[in-house]
Amino acid sequence: MNWVLENLPLIGERTLQHLATAVPPVVISFLLAVPIGWLANRFRRVRGTVLTVCGLLYSIPSLPLFVALPALIGTGLTDPSGVIIALTLYGIALMVRVTADGLSSVDLHVTQAANAVGFSEWSRFWRVDLPLAGPVLLSGIRVVSVSTVSLTTVGAVLGVKSLGLFFTDGIQRNIAAEIFTGIVGTVLIALVLDLLLVLIGRVLMPWLPSVSQHATRTTVRSRVAAA
Amino acid sequence: MNFIVDAIRWILDPMHFPGPNGIATRISEHLLISFFVVLIASGIAIPLGYVIGHTGRGKSIAVLATGGIRALPTLGLLSIIALSIGIGLTAPFIALVVLAIPSILAGAYSGFEAVDRRTVDAARAVGMTEAQIIRRVELPLGLPLLIGGLRAASLQVIATATLADYLGGGGLGHYIFAGQQTQDYPQMLGGSLLVIFLAVISEVSFGILQRLVVPAGVRSPSVTSRRTETARTDLGRVEVGRTESSETITAAGSPQTKGTT
Repeated sequence: MNWVLENLPLIGERTLQHLATAVPPVVISFLLAVPIGWLANRFRRVRGTVLTVCGLLYSIPSLPLFVALPALIGTGLTDPSGVIIALTLYGIALMVRVTADGLSSVDLHVTQAANAVGFSEWSRFWRVDLPLAGPVLLSGIRVVSVSTVSLTTVGAVLGVKSLGLFFTDGIQRNIAAEIFTGIVGTVLIALVLDLLLVLIGRVLMPWLPSVSQHATRTTVRSRVAAA
Repeated sequence: MNFIVDAIRWILDPMHFPGPNGIATRISEHLLISFFVVLIASGIAIPLGYVIGHTGRGKSIAVLATGGIRALPTLGLLSIIALSIGIGLTAPFIALVVLAIPSILAGAYSGFEAVDRRTVDAARAVGMTEAQIIRRVELPLGLPLLIGGLRAASLQVIATATLADYLGGGGLGHYIFAGQQTQDYPQMLGGSLLVIFLAVISEVSFGILQRLVVPAGVRSPSVTSRRTETARTDLGRVEVGRTESSETITAAGSPQTKGTT
């Protein structure tokens, strides 16, 4: 506990660096993955290819990707941009599949009814398909958020600043409290972001039952599981 | 792009292949560590998963435990274990086993749970004993999901084993950390490409295996395409499989097990 009290400013700084590295990938991957997922769902031919590419992308180990990306984009190894891009790629890989599954889970009768009453494809996407796929997308982005926050710490072995530096530094200086601080901090950030996403979900999708979400969550989860 | 060419040249250089720090040695270290980790984790997780899946007892505890483990940052877990038992191969080995258990456990019990209860009742009705039901009905039907769990675990372990050398455990991660100290970027990148290569090979072979083990009678898209977790583990709240009552299991959690590396 002493270690924590003596290092509060450093903990605050590392937390901010952690957020600055972990939050952009979550947001960017969501924004990029939804249109790609829509395409994959709309055009059945590309679906298999897109999902296979995403699966392979997702299977690339993170540390090697953190090492390899700077070579491709020409930044330094300790520059957070390499980690941010790598985490964005993982987020896209997961969210594209979730989006495609979510959109394809929309009841065909609903889609046909929307077509019948005269929705254009554009407005049907925004006003019918997207809201109905919302719970699935939300559960997907929650998975992306938790895993991104945790993966961010791996960059520390290359010197990228985040709470993960408490692990590498704690090992070198033999301070268990420092390592525990890093673990607790990372888990807390993941929890807070998760709560935030749930709140955003409530605000954007007020029609969902807030207490007994059992049915919705079940569907959602099995979608993600299939991913 | 020059770096990539340099890295490939580094991998292909015959000088780097043999010897105690050669690519051949490091790859076999990496594969041996991963293999034994998955083996030991399976020895713990599969029997446990089967008991939970067959009896339906202890599921909530299992879900909670797997969720909790997944929420941990891999590097943090490795560091804390290394600090308590010392640098070397043991610490990363223990950490890797701990990390591999949730995926395999989820695959094992969801494999049981995914079996239609009516099928089990039918088996019982035609006179099968409990042992026969497990061996001849639940096991074969749940095998694809179990393999899915092993697939996720192997991928995660191969990836995370890269961090073993951070604690002096050897493996392909050695090139990344040694290269970092000597500012030898081609070596770092070469080591990274080799790890990526192993991970992709593991994914592809398990994917094929997963398809092969689907019993002929149930070869339908809904069964084959079901993977246990998601891909990587850590996938947080991912769930695996669902039961008749439409209750799903969450492997909640977190962080991807992508964890690392």
